Amino acid sequence: MSFPWAKHYEPKQPLMRWMDEKLPLPRLVYNAIGAGYPVPRNLNYFWNFGVLAGLALVVQIVTGIVLAMHYAANAGVAFGSVESIMRDVNAGWFLRYAHANGASMFLAVVYIHIGRGLYYGSYKAPREMVWLLGVVIFLLMMATAFMGYVLPWGQMSFWGAQVITGFFSAIPLVGETVRVWLLGGFAPDNAALNRFFSLHYLLPFVIAGVIILHIWALHIPGSNNPTGVDVKGEQDTVPFHPYYTAKDGVGVAAFFLIFAALIFFSPNLLGHPDNYIEANPLSTPAHIVPEWYFLPFYAILKSFTADFLLPAKLWGVLAMFGSILLLFFLPWLDSSPVRSANYRPTYRWFLLVLLLDVIVLGYVGGAEATARNVMLGQIASAYYFAHFLIILPIVSASERPRPLPNSITEAVLAKHGGTSPAKTAMAG
Amino acid sequence: MLEGLTRMATMDDNIPLGENPAPYHEEAHDPRRRDFINIAAVSFAGVGALAIVLPLVNQMNPSADVLALSTTELDISKIEPGQAVKASFRKQPLFVRNLTPAEIAAADAVDVGSLRDPQTLEERTKAGKKNWLITLGVCTHLGCVPLGAGEGENKGPFGGYFCPCHGSAYDTAGRIRQGPAPTNLHVPDYTFNSDTVVTVG
Repeated sequence: MSFPWAKHYEPKQPLMRWMDEKLPLPRLVYNAIGAGYPVPRNLNYFWNFGVLAGLALVVQIVTGIVLAMHYAANAGVAFGSVESIMRDVNAGWFLRYAHANGASMFLAVVYIHIGRGLYYGSYKAPREMVWLLGVVIFLLMMATAFMGYVLPWGQMSFWGAQVITGFFSAIPLVGETVRVWLLGGFAPDNAALNRFFSLHYLLPFVIAGVIILHIWALHIPGSNNPTGVDVKGEQDTVPFHPYYTAKDGVGVAAFFLIFAALIFFSPNLLGHPDNYIEANPLSTPAHIVPEWYFLPFYAILKSFTADFLLPAKLWGVLAMFGSILLLFFLPWLDSSPVRSANYRPTYRWFLLVLLLDVIVLGYVGGAEATARNVMLGQIASAYYFAHFLIILPIVSASERPRPLPNSITEAVLAKHGGTSPAKTAMAG
Repeated sequence: MLEGLTRMATMDDNIPLGENPAPYHEEAHDPRRRDFINIAAVSFAGVGALAIVLPLVNQMNPSADVLALSTTELDISKIEPGQAVKASFRKQPLFVRNLTPAEIAAADAVDVGSLRDPQTLEERTKAGKKNWLITLGVCTHLGCVPLGAGEGENKGPFGGYFCPCHGSAYDTAGRIRQGPAPTNLHVPDYTFNSDTVVTVG
């Protein structure tokens, strides 16, 4: 693990030396996120988002454990217990708003983190396993976020649970049995609420476990960097601490500024008023939509309106799950040896189009199912799959990349007007 | 031998009492005795593990108190032609609709072969009670409650029910006509106890 020039942990204090012999935990931290982990010297602020995602998980676990001390997972009283947290529990409103907006912050940070990986080719060899574990974390996050949203037992909670467990009824033959098994009833009720609470409490710790694997897998090749060029020597890296602990500190401050603005000035900006109405199994809200972070996937689900060999409903569910499972194959769909999109003139444009496409999907996911929106969603969904399955393999095989710098140091010096050892770094 | 078994074994005995004095060559046997013991032990533990998984999976199924709600008795005497009520069956909404002659005629006028889930109104109602359409109020797409049972609600382009979630439209026989839902609104098992009382489930 790591590079040969990494600093070695040498405790000076007798107590720390004693500790190092018995349980070398400080050594593990030193080598993972301390001075013992050499990191490329040219990382930009997009590399903050991994640490920010970890921080968001900690915020969610801390606020969540405290909320669980006041919440009751029973369909009869769940809604009331959330209202009592808001009105009666000391600082309860703060904890709940922090937890609800914390979920949005977590997903937002993770989407930027994924986007960073897409742009700078962090999913490519030798970091495929880092990417695969990241997709696993993303799937676990989606499950956790969904089950957490059900807990307040408002109208959106209830109907979200109804629609999402309804996905499983699309499975041929056994679908309805699976759905009833998952819910423990014929519609979402007490049994479903209780098991969702249990799993919502469990999954964040599973996520934390997979994050450890994610970081472990990352530390074998070391971090990628904006040029995508491999580290060639000691001059290309700086120790994680103090250089990137300090840089991440700036990101953490910005993260908390935005987070605080949401909690204190607009705590319900990203929520739905309908969720302040208690769950009513006999009345569906006129317009049910998921939380903002699921809207693009919801749009893909809604885009299938006609049967073609399989029922439209099954197509929608398959496509929605497929749009995420597709990411597992990304390292092998993109065959270009160049990692960073900075040196991939064609791919870069298509990536921008993909970003716009996902924004359009997000809009359609939240909009009403008018003929125009359905058409828009169908085009955008088709493009999403085309990007990964058609455009990406063709572009990566045919595009002529810009000349890469010979090393990270060369790229850094050229950028800052220093003498460039080779003219190639300036090309393009 | 018999004499030998009447005394206690001692450290002086080269071969324990009652055992075969010939040496056992493990390599000469296939499968070896150890292989058999290994497979037997792991299989036994595996069967035990499977037996424990069963209750862990089964606990997820609906419990007895949930299943106990599986029949509902309804008085339908107050429902005028053209009206519908929402009842509750297994904690799911149930639509009971008294069809007008015009609605029955509209349902019968449809070419059954052209439907996504071909069924006639007769197949979806009881003999002689063609005007009583009893269905679950659960859209077969993803489970929303369609509109159209309540007074003044949007009945959709086919005059039956309309699901606001993803735009599925049902006709006056509760059959899927447009949108993403795969099948007609589900008709639960029910019987007429009398002309005015129905038992569902």
